[in-house]
Amino acid sequence: MIEFVEITKQYPGSKIPALSNVSLQIQRGEFVFLVGSSGAGKSTMLRLLFREYLPSSGSIFFLGRDSAKMKPGELLKYRRRIGMVFQDFRLLKQKTVFENVAFALEVVGRSSQEIRLAVPVALAEVGLLDRAKAFPGELSGGEQQRVGIARAIVRKPTIILADEPTGNVDPENAWQLMELFTQINRTGTTVIIATHASDVVDRLRKRVIALEKGRLVRDEKRGVYGHES
Amino acid sequence: MNLNSFRYCLRQGAVSLQRNFWLAMVTASMIAVSIAIFGVFLLLSVNVGQVMQNIAGNVEIAVFLEDRADTNSVLSAIRGLSGVAEYTFVSREQGLVNFGQTLGEKDLFSVLAGENNPLPDMFRVRTLDATLVPTMAAALRKVRGVEAVDYGEDLVAQLLNMTRWLNSMFLALSLFLGLGATLLIVTIIRLSVMARQEEIGVMKYLGASNWYIRLPFILEGATMGLLGSLLATLSLGAVYFRLTSNLQNGVLPFLFRPVTEVAALWPMFSLLLLLGFFLGIIGSLLSVRKYLREVRRTA
Repeated sequence: MIEFVEITKQYPGSKIPALSNVSLQIQRGEFVFLVGSSGAGKSTMLRLLFREYLPSSGSIFFLGRDSAKMKPGELLKYRRRIGMVFQDFRLLKQKTVFENVAFALEVVGRSSQEIRLAVPVALAEVGLLDRAKAFPGELSGGEQQRVGIARAIVRKPTIILADEPTGNVDPENAWQLMELFTQINRTGTTVIIATHASDVVDRLRKRVIALEKGRLVRDEKRGVYGHES
Repeated sequence: MNLNSFRYCLRQGAVSLQRNFWLAMVTASMIAVSIAIFGVFLLLSVNVGQVMQNIAGNVEIAVFLEDRADTNSVLSAIRGLSGVAEYTFVSREQGLVNFGQTLGEKDLFSVLAGENNPLPDMFRVRTLDATLVPTMAAALRKVRGVEAVDYGEDLVAQLLNMTRWLNSMFLALSLFLGLGATLLIVTIIRLSVMARQEEIGVMKYLGASNWYIRLPFILEGATMGLLGSLLATLSLGAVYFRLTSNLQNGVLPFLFRPVTEVAALWPMFSLLLLLGFFLGIIGSLLSVRKYLREVRRTA
């Protein structure tokens, strides 16, 4: 479904490329961890996947289509098939939990009736139906991230891209969040998570793509965070 | 964009206006001032134009005849020209009387009567259109029996020069004011954009189209622009009609009467209204442009 062909990404003003000659394939319905130290290129990979940036060289294909050649309308449709989850949650503070999740549907022009039906389903999936009227400031970090996940899944995306989703939550909540991602993946959604949470990666034994200084150093089907001794 | 999205954009525009109510009012007032000044110059230009037209329309061609010229043949030549509105024959005797009356010296000129009269017979010719004057004057010069033709070339040239100068000044000032008003809108909308920067970022990640992000700001700018121009147009209209109704009560001679016909003024006032509206839209588009730029391949 996703194919990186010899991707190099160099940011303007930087001497070292953020990604260097990376090639890989990700199939529909896969659960993938992107691991590596800070600055290894994990976030760059997610941003390239969202087509927030274009690669300096190489091509990224989505369902056989070169993402660099997508026309504006096509790009919009592509992005609407992706659910994004961020380390800092990126919830709108002045909106309630319900409104934050509804926002993902509002911006693509869904009717209020559809919103009234879909939002409670998404909130129930993440176990926050009873907090629908709360504001983000009234929630714990773990709860805020679950709202972020509800917002990402409410449109039933094909792919979930999560950048350090457990970075700002305690270990117990981190486990619950990973449980959620696993559940989402079971419904057929491709999940790609950039993370530092080694214990979670080690326990789940999913596909692990390891990056180091922008280079792909390891790609294991049922991998662990570090090298297996 | 469907109806749901449009409704959302309307709501967002209204919320933003409400949130920045005083700032929006200040902007609308500044736009009103800019457009009112622009309107004053537009009105001045319309009125000066009318005065020029009145003066130019009253320009007469004086056709002086030779001493023993055949008046009838000159008359038929004048009749044969196209674009003649009216003509009058002024005999040398009548000319002397008129001249005396103008100077108020009847006695002095009584000695010039009869054989001593230095004035020639003449025709006063008025054209249908002021622009026809120079060509008609040239044609009349060629008529047999005509000694000289005069229509005040200098005055006409001066009027044309003055109108041209006034129009250039008016154009420069309009551009300057328009630029000022646009910059003002850009600044205010940018504040609004910055206040919603986080939301715009989230919207982009949620796959909102650029138009969806842009439209609330455009509506906000257009409302401010329209409000400003409405304020300017109404105040300007009220002041202008008050002023002209006072001036019209016979104080000014015909040549300097201001333009008061609604038919002549409404296009100008509509233009002012539209101008505010479009300035608002242009200002908003410029403000959000930077935030919506799509990524490019970087080396």
